[in-house]
Amino acid sequence: MRVYVEGAGLCGPGLNGWQASQPILTGAQDYVAAPVLVPPSALLPANERRRAAQIVKIALAVGAEAFAASGCDPAETATVFASSGGDGDTIHEIMSVLASPNRELSPTRFHNSVHNAAAGYWSIATRSRAASTSLCCHDDSFAAGLLETAVQARAEQRAVALIAYDVPYPFPLSEVRPIGAAFGVALVLSPHPTTASRACVELELRPVSSTAAPFPSQLETLRQGTPAARSLPLLVALARGKEAGITINYLDDMALALNIHPLPAAARNQA
Amino acid sequence: MSTPAQPLAFSHFSVVTCLGAGREATLAALRQGRSGLTPCNFDSIPFQTYAGEIAGLDATPLTGELAGFDCRNNRLAALALRQDGFTDAVAAARARYGAGRIGIFAGTSTSGLLQTEIAYRHRTPESGTLPPGFDYMRTHNTYSLARFMRTMLGLAGPAFVVSTACAATSKVFATAQRMIAAGICDAAIVGGADTLCATTLFGFQSLGVMAEEPCRPFDAERRGISIGEAAGFVLLERPSAQHGAETVHLLGAGEGSDAYHMSSPHPEGIGARLAMEQALTAAGLAPAEIDYINLHGTATLVGDAAEDRAVSALFGTATPCSSTKGFCGHTLGASGVVEAIFAALAIQHGFLPGSPHTRGLDPAFKSQYVLEGRAARINRVMSNSFGFGGVNCSLVLGRAA
Repeated sequence: MRVYVEGAGLCGPGLNGWQASQPILTGAQDYVAAPVLVPPSALLPANERRRAAQIVKIALAVGAEAFAASGCDPAETATVFASSGGDGDTIHEIMSVLASPNRELSPTRFHNSVHNAAAGYWSIATRSRAASTSLCCHDDSFAAGLLETAVQARAEQRAVALIAYDVPYPFPLSEVRPIGAAFGVALVLSPHPTTASRACVELELRPVSSTAAPFPSQLETLRQGTPAARSLPLLVALARGKEAGITINYLDDMALALNIHPLPAAARNQA
Repeated sequence: MSTPAQPLAFSHFSVVTCLGAGREATLAALRQGRSGLTPCNFDSIPFQTYAGEIAGLDATPLTGELAGFDCRNNRLAALALRQDGFTDAVAAARARYGAGRIGIFAGTSTSGLLQTEIAYRHRTPESGTLPPGFDYMRTHNTYSLARFMRTMLGLAGPAFVVSTACAATSKVFATAQRMIAAGICDAAIVGGADTLCATTLFGFQSLGVMAEEPCRPFDAERRGISIGEAAGFVLLERPSAQHGAETVHLLGAGEGSDAYHMSSPHPEGIGARLAMEQALTAAGLAPAEIDYINLHGTATLVGDAAEDRAVSALFGTATPCSSTKGFCGHTLGASGVVEAIFAALAIQHGFLPGSPHTRGLDPAFKSQYVLEGRAARINRVMSNSFGFGGVNCSLVLGRAA
């Protein structure tokens, strides 16, 4: 299955956007972990911007960055949102209230608790009436989202955006579900090459019994710590712009094998 | 999809709602117009409402290799998977295709969140930690349901959970159709489960959309929803000689978004209309070729009004339609598959489901709402599911062309 990468967005600790992170991803510059800085979203009105949950801000930021490079219109493009557990802050607040004597929930908090909350805010902010799905596959949510996005792009014969993100749970859920730093990634994938395509990705679902080789990079701790950061080997390969073959584990018994063929600017212009 | 999709056969299906466990009990209640809604005392809630609660789940823990998955949601999923020979049908499919070639695309909105609600009430006073034994991954996590199904059914194919609020188990049909068409798997188990928990009971109460009496979809005096719990599963395969004339097929799916509000539908049902139009296109059918519409119809003031507008604008005023929420309540993330199965039963057994508790239709509504169930030959059904975040999904089901 072949798809073309039209645009990418990134937000993580010390990774302040896909463009700004190029020197780190290519290896030209050392990676230094730093607090996650989420750029204020132009997609949200000022009052919403203050109130929005971190997970929504990250999803909107990486989505906006990926679309800006892609030449696709977010209002017309289907989306796949993937997260290993949704908005942990909101879940914690609701659980705390429900364990207290006065079990009255805030209606806003309740509708923000759904797994597809970020997708809802994205649709409203971009005025998109296109199809949107939100999925979860625990640690393998990025792989599941990538598979669904590629299959959708091929089936519908039009671009589809993947927006994957995770934020750490607060205590006490953090004890039973530790997640490293907050991390978001977005990829706009097209079934055809366009002038914006930066790479062709051949994707194959393989049954595998062995674990994939560790990711030889300063980013390995981050990759292991946050499910959405399992995307880093793909992001590194895309940034380096060389032929590459990588494997992203999917469940205990499968993997996505990805062959990345960069499209040089000249080829992109002829496409 | 711009071109008609390849139909998939409902090789086997199973369902559990408050109407009963399995096909016979479900069919009998639907034909008799018997509602399963009862006064709700779940978790000692301090307000009056009705619910479609399933009896006996507290007494049937998961054991053995499934013990770690034990929570109300997975118990209900297990109960549904054990009905009507469903696990045997999956085992036969596994022998045919191989465990790695059967996908699991499940839907839920709250998964095992009830387990976390209980755990938060038993935090260690000094440290605030959750009680030992609380298994986040196999109960609370949204993927828990599909992980559980994969373990119980012995499957090793692609799997994930779709969680798009109350449209979750409709969207999984669209996912399965694409995955099978792409050759990612040869067959798929779709469906899912949602169970009662304090989060949804108090949450919908906070939104002011919970009825004190049993819900009355499309009624002039409707006062909101009744929450139900349910699980349902469908084994989807490419049509083959093993499927007889009475086999129901997924003919098409359509998806659209409102881009309007997180918890209120667009007043004109714009996203709903898009989903219905796309489902018809995917099925290669005109609106007049649909014999019955199973509405989302949750009995909220704005939701029913928006759906009536969208349906009557697309179908006109002659296509029979009804909401089956009066039978089993709004089963939230499970409603898509539950209503797809109700639709399949209506096709196979020749009846239009009525609408228990709905007494007098809203005089402003234009669609052809069915109050009393009746016998009718039905070849094709549209089933609607809409959810928070403005997600909309419509399915077209029917006999093979």
